[in-house]
Amino acid sequence: MDSKSVDKIIDKYQEKRTALISILHDIQDRHNHLPEEALRKVASRLRMDLNDIYGVATFYKSFSLIPKGKHSITLCLGTACHVRGGPRILREMKKQLNIEPGQTTADKQFSLNVVNCLGVCAIGPVMLVDRKFYGEMNSIKARRIIEKINKNNKNKKNGVKS
Amino acid sequence: MRKIKSVSDLERWGEDVIKKEKEYEVIVSVCGGTGCQAYGCQKVKAVFQKELSKKGMGERVTLKVTGCPGFCERGPLVTIYPHNIFYQRVKAEDVPLIISETIQNGRKVERLLFEDPEAHCKITSSQDIPFYRAQTRLLLSNNDLIDPTRMEDYIAIGGYRSLAKALFQMRPDEVIEEIKASGLRGRGGAGYPTGKKWDNCRRARGETKYVICNCDEGDPGAFMDRSLLEGNPHSILEGMLIGAYAIGATQGFIYVRQEYPLAHKNAGIAIKQARKAGLLGKNILGSDFDFDLDMAKGGGAFVCGESTALIASIEGKVGEPRSKQIHTIEQGLWEKPTNLNNVETWANVPLIINKGSQWFSSMGTEKSKGTKIFSLVGKVKNTGLVEVPMGITLKEIIFDIGGGQQNGKRIKAVQTGGPSGGCIPASLFDLPVDFESLTQVGSMMGSGGMIVMDEGTCMVDVAKYFVHFLQEESCGKCLPCREGLKRMGEILDRITEGKGNEESLSLLEELAEVVVDTSLCGLGKTAPNPVLSALRYFRPEFEAHIHQKRCPAGVCTPLIQYSISEVDCTGCGACAKVCPTQAIKGEKKQSHFILAEICSKCGSCKDVCKTNAVIVQ
Repeated sequence: MDSKSVDKIIDKYQEKRTALISILHDIQDRHNHLPEEALRKVASRLRMDLNDIYGVATFYKSFSLIPKGKHSITLCLGTACHVRGGPRILREMKKQLNIEPGQTTADKQFSLNVVNCLGVCAIGPVMLVDRKFYGEMNSIKARRIIEKINKNNKNKKNGVKS
Repeated sequence: MRKIKSVSDLERWGEDVIKKEKEYEVIVSVCGGTGCQAYGCQKVKAVFQKELSKKGMGERVTLKVTGCPGFCERGPLVTIYPHNIFYQRVKAEDVPLIISETIQNGRKVERLLFEDPEAHCKITSSQDIPFYRAQTRLLLSNNDLIDPTRMEDYIAIGGYRSLAKALFQMRPDEVIEEIKASGLRGRGGAGYPTGKKWDNCRRARGETKYVICNCDEGDPGAFMDRSLLEGNPHSILEGMLIGAYAIGATQGFIYVRQEYPLAHKNAGIAIKQARKAGLLGKNILGSDFDFDLDMAKGGGAFVCGESTALIASIEGKVGEPRSKQIHTIEQGLWEKPTNLNNVETWANVPLIINKGSQWFSSMGTEKSKGTKIFSLVGKVKNTGLVEVPMGITLKEIIFDIGGGQQNGKRIKAVQTGGPSGGCIPASLFDLPVDFESLTQVGSMMGSGGMIVMDEGTCMVDVAKYFVHFLQEESCGKCLPCREGLKRMGEILDRITEGKGNEESLSLLEELAEVVVDTSLCGLGKTAPNPVLSALRYFRPEFEAHIHQKRCPAGVCTPLIQYSISEVDCTGCGACAKVCPTQAIKGEKKQSHFILAEICSKCGSCKDVCKTNAVIVQ
């Protein structure tokens, strides 16, 4: 972890304690998780107790203390997505990736997350893959998205243009 | 960015923008909301940009990326002005045709128009589409007209004139009286009178006061606040400025949940622009009123929609609620008097100041005034955001605007009020929608999510869904909510697994009562509502799970079986190909069948079947 990037983020928010959640968001965006070293730095610069920062980092669902996968699969399980078959997609994703929500695959390729509502209910079930929204999903379409990412990764590895 | 130092500066800017816009012969407006983005509106916009510049039409035609017009299900949406032609489900490859036919020759592209499902005729203008026709779009209609990242667009439609009126023609107490007289009530769920809240905050002791905009729209199935903040952020800023002036606050915060990146971005842009233009900062519009705004971002915690938890979150702390013996109006953010309203409430404020309380209170019912935006979603034909006057019936919303059932399955209920609300059965669809009526039948208005449920929705499963949702989101501070919901969830799990017994329902009801009576905050106090309303109206479904070990809707996996209808199966083999356990057998072009003992009940076969031959029982 380069500590300069963390300093830069804290500078951006002028060491304000109120900006703690925003600071943690920015660190996570940059490092894919919240490294311990970064949290220690935040504590010392914001003159806060590390315990309190740990409390915030573990209370809010969006933060992770362990590195997330290269690709993030976020499945919406809001009410509208639920009644339109969201849980079936979740079952399929769990099976495909062989992990539970909140976990990352052993090869660090995929992280699976479940959220309560992405607010795109009109076109549910909705899945967010690497910041791109997919609407009107079903288990088959979801499986194909994973297969496509895997295929692209494989091609990249073998030097084939996708 | 221009600097606005007076009301006349504001007027002049508005006139200039309108004059500039009149120079264009055609305006192409592409929806850039999150829903349309999922359908690829960015590509549509990019092709428009490329094609228009290639053809050298940049001076005649202007392209506008607007907020969400609400009809997400039909996206990407494109409207061509001044022709007022509304195109739906537009793909990037349709763009050259729209340019050559409509923009260059004024002809319609019939294929992209909306087709009336009953009369089977094409409809040109969005106002004539049944989905829009029955709406009163006071707040949402502006989303169609402005690019949320261009402050001048908001100025051109009369933006910030209400602020000018409040600052120069009204005293703070007169503003409060006007809001009181309008009858505006909080749109976040509880329906507390907005004017009264402001008055209390104004009277609260202390020099420093804060105003907060709550965009932690956590209720699953509701997204009107996202659309308003995303599509018309300056209207929220204006509402907050007026509120701050009335209350005597000099600093405000907009709290946006982390799941709404576009709303966060657009609100941030709006704040920067307003600051540059001088509409935030010192001596706004040349008056002696100072006010500034900051953004705060959530971290994916539902409980942060609760005012005290939200305030803790802005302070950079764990989002745990506190007891409300002392109201946030007296001691809120950093223990200073704080007035918190939700996005839709703030959005109504400039309208009321501009058009007057009498105009506003002429709409709605005796106790619920104005319009309300609902997100109509779930098992209904037309899904999206609908804005209607309070007091309209559920039937009008679901059938006239929503177009009724989706896949030939009868609609049996609508869920309102999110996890604190309940399910209202179809037999009560004549009910007028207002704060009181919905509460009377065991649900509530909430922030405005309306999730339609049909025969394929299991009410036990829905009750279980909400209990698990809230159990997960419970902050864990008080015992009844933390433990009570867990036990309720376990009972419901057992029922849906076919392991319920005679005592399950009475125990569930008893526990629900304790959780309601003894929880610390609103989350726990209302948490059992979905279960209690489901039991009240759909008890036979619970009993079928317990006594007959059957899920009538075909949802609860341990109680269902998949089979294939011999009559409907064409033997295409698509199901056998996707079946992960190879449980589907059959010859090509012959009817297929499922081996129940190896079927994992994943439902993939049902998803791919084109003839609906897969039966769930």
